[in-house]
Amino acid sequence: MSLYIQDLHATLEDGTEILKGVTLEIPKGEVHAIMGPNGSGKSTLSKVVAGHEGYVVTSGSVTLDGEDILSLSVDERSRAGVFLAFQYPSEVPGVSNANFIRAALQARLPKGEELDAVAYYKSLYAKMDLLEMDRKFTARSVNEGFSGGEKKRNEILQLIMLDPKYSILDETDSGLDIDALKIVAKGVNSMRSADRGFLLITHYQRLLDYIKPDYVHVMAEGRIVRSGGPELAHELEARGYDFLKEPALA
Amino acid sequence: MLTTAPTTPAFFPKWFADRQKAAWDRYLAMPTPKRGDEPWRFANIKQLDFSEFKTADATSANDLIARSTGLEQPVAKFVFVNDSLVFSEADLPEHVICLPLSEALVSHSDLVEKHFMKQETRLGSAKFAAWHEASLTNGLFVHVPDNVEVEGTIEVHHWIAGENVVTFPHTLIVTGKHAKVRVVDLFRSADDMSPGLAIAVNDLSAGPGSKLDYIAIQNFNEQTRIIQINETSTDRDASATGFILNTGASWARNESLSSLNGTGSRSDMLSVSIPSHEQEYDQRTFQHHASPGAYSDLLYKNSLYDLSKTIFSGLIFVDENAHHTDAYQTCRNLLMSDTCEANSMPGLEINADQVKCSHGSTSSQVSDEEIFYLRARGIDPVNARQLIARGFSVEVVERLKNEPVEELIIRFIDEKFDRIANPV
Repeated sequence: MSLYIQDLHATLEDGTEILKGVTLEIPKGEVHAIMGPNGSGKSTLSKVVAGHEGYVVTSGSVTLDGEDILSLSVDERSRAGVFLAFQYPSEVPGVSNANFIRAALQARLPKGEELDAVAYYKSLYAKMDLLEMDRKFTARSVNEGFSGGEKKRNEILQLIMLDPKYSILDETDSGLDIDALKIVAKGVNSMRSADRGFLLITHYQRLLDYIKPDYVHVMAEGRIVRSGGPELAHELEARGYDFLKEPALA
Repeated sequence: MLTTAPTTPAFFPKWFADRQKAAWDRYLAMPTPKRGDEPWRFANIKQLDFSEFKTADATSANDLIARSTGLEQPVAKFVFVNDSLVFSEADLPEHVICLPLSEALVSHSDLVEKHFMKQETRLGSAKFAAWHEASLTNGLFVHVPDNVEVEGTIEVHHWIAGENVVTFPHTLIVTGKHAKVRVVDLFRSADDMSPGLAIAVNDLSAGPGSKLDYIAIQNFNEQTRIIQINETSTDRDASATGFILNTGASWARNESLSSLNGTGSRSDMLSVSIPSHEQEYDQRTFQHHASPGAYSDLLYKNSLYDLSKTIFSGLIFVDENAHHTDAYQTCRNLLMSDTCEANSMPGLEINADQVKCSHGSTSSQVSDEEIFYLRARGIDPVNARQLIARGFSVEVVERLKNEPVEELIIRFIDEKFDRIANPV
């Protein structure tokens, strides 16, 4: 049982290749981190797995617990159990946060079945408390006028509410102060279990002090160039990405 | 179209009969708008052939009374079918006059005369305003005296029943000093297929320091046409809000004129339109700053589907002495199809100093990134687009700051989106 990305190649619509053969397996119960310099293809990887239509997969496969998901649309992948926490979440004016999450949950129910509103709000408020989010966020338009930290907390709120099998967090730590980072980490850590897998994409090692990964991968120029344990993150932090240019020790 | 002069009932006051006769003469004398007339730029002049329409008595009243559901607890409720009053109930503070116009003309003749159709119709439909004035037989007259606040909302249902029926709905609302009132007009058709026509006038006169909210929900069947002429005037420190929802009709023409006649007064002009199929909504507005130190804010939003069409033409006009004016005008179009057509003609004419004015119109499609975000949460593309368009509209509705009325409007908005998502 895993999210399995195998030799994935993807290009922009103009043909520019961004992913040049990424292979990565995230079994349930594990937290993997991808680090890498800007422009290495980390964010693209997350969008391609989520199903963004601006990229063309030219070869390779992505399977979720053995089932191909590349043939599924964005929303089908989400309902199948893939979650992407956005680096830059969109603002959706006029749509309240509560209604937005409710619509996402409703989309997971069989046709004709209605979400239980009372149970929904009870659950929503409990998760908001965990993330130290004010109740007023339920009525505010999705991400509109939210600070960077509020947007990221809102992403984690959605993650917790939708309870996906596999979550990809794209630079969730960017734009967060240390207090916000701790709260976000608390939210993610509360979801860690044998039934769920996580892929954290980050530029800095700091996030990994609070969400301890089982494995760390380094991405550069559209490929995973190195994989290791948590110590790899510290090495990167200490030596910078330049050390990647040195040949890897066999 | 009616070719013989309507007869004014004998029990109406003489001044009213005289006005109706003069209006009829004016109606006959005025030319029908034609292609090339500036106030009808981009308009579909073909829509102005009203020859097949005639007035009719009320039918199926009991059924329509039962279907006249709106707010949970309106403070007063009136149901008109083809302009005949078929139901009324009211629980209003003492001294508030809230009567069918036919009754008010008799019992409060002087007061009605003082406020009845005082402003010249300037935005193109003068001929049809004259037709309305000559033909109207009823309507609603609301007068809230000084220092009386009506908590809650007066709800008025206007039904058109039968084939090729023309109605002349009329709403006249007057607030005294520091008074407050809110009125909702709902325009609907008894069935889905019968062509109808409404030539509606609503006049709002907000007295000093008063607060007057008027909401029109237009949800006629898609065989019906409507011309709605709104004139609002605000006295010193008064605040008036006008809101128009267009979800129905094959063609709707809204002409809204706000005259800011008092210092410190405020006018909010709001509209949400959601045309689909081949519906056309043609909206003309005028923010007339006659007094210094007044504030007006217009926000019109259209979500256009299929082959629908909208026209927005708005003018902010600041008189010579109207210094320290704040006036804003925004029309935003959300293009939900490649075949819809949104026309915007914002305008500004400033003749005073030290004014803050802005006007703008934008047309855009739902952004791919926004759609991606919603779909990445499992929401299918149809619902994702719908949620975004709904949110786009709800932003305007929320400006009303009254939950029951907002919910009522959103109910009609949701019904419209349902019809768009699940066409029969």
